[in-house]
Amino acid sequence: MKTRVYVTLKGGVLDPQGKAFHHALEGLGFSGVNDVRAGKLIELDLADGVSDADIDGMCRKLLANTVIENYRIERA
Amino acid sequence: MKSAVVVFPGSNCDRDLAVALGQVTGRDPVMLWHRETEIPEGTDIIAVPGGFSYGDYLRSGAMAARSPIMRAVSDAAARGVAVLGICNGFQILTEAGLLPGALMRNAGLSFVCRDVKLTVGTSQSIFTNRYEAGETVTFPVAHHDGNFTADSETLDRLEGEGRVAFRYAESVNGSARHIAGILNDAGNVLGMMPHPERVIEAAHGKTDGRRLFEGLLQTVKA
Repeated sequence: MKTRVYVTLKGGVLDPQGKAFHHALEGLGFSGVNDVRAGKLIELDLADGVSDADIDGMCRKLLANTVIENYRIERA
Repeated sequence: MKSAVVVFPGSNCDRDLAVALGQVTGRDPVMLWHRETEIPEGTDIIAVPGGFSYGDYLRSGAMAARSPIMRAVSDAAARGVAVLGICNGFQILTEAGLLPGALMRNAGLSFVCRDVKLTVGTSQSIFTNRYEAGETVTFPVAHHDGNFTADSETLDRLEGEGRVAFRYAESVNGSARHIAGILNDAGNVLGMMPHPERVIEAAHGKTDGRRLFEGLLQTVKA
């Protein structure tokens, strides 16, 4: 079963990469971009028996660093 | 005095660190490959070196922190064995939960590779007892992800408990409160971005880093 994990930086955490994307977009002439935040998308192909709690554990123990990142799980 | 250096695929400061420990302690350290599961009996100091362990996959230090040897390092740290993490080693120790906070991409986005001035935050630690608090020293840095971050409560606690070992005396990477190195609450684990092992002998041009290893040797031996 396909499951997606979105990892994003927490609100207050400075995102220099997102800032650089923002500047580059402005440099290309795109206006109206208020802010850019960069994150990660991780796709998992899981066996049927894997529980929500298991996936949550994967996120907390490895896929996200909860000191600086939030995660969201999207099961297909 | 027995020391050990952990080696991950992608470590690149392991040999510098081994030379520094060997010179100061008079005994070559044991090199521990990441797949090993035990620290040799009687090891007094474990060093986690700089480099790009596992190619910095996922986050710097994230994969190394979950490797078999790091479970053994965590157990040893809990028993009071001295653990020194430098550069990628610092990133690994935060990812492993041995130190608080996280190291993010440098605020300027650039890889920073140069000598920087640091202020010693405390002389009351097994790592910094040969320095004066407030003293300025110069160590090289070479990192892309050295921007230390933690919530303000954690930062207050680190400062209040004298656990900031080194601070940048100049603008380097956007690190919170200019933090360059921190101690754990028990004081036996130090993580720092600058490289003391690269300034230990006259041929290096500077020797400011040597006292860190000498101080450690003296305390651990005592």
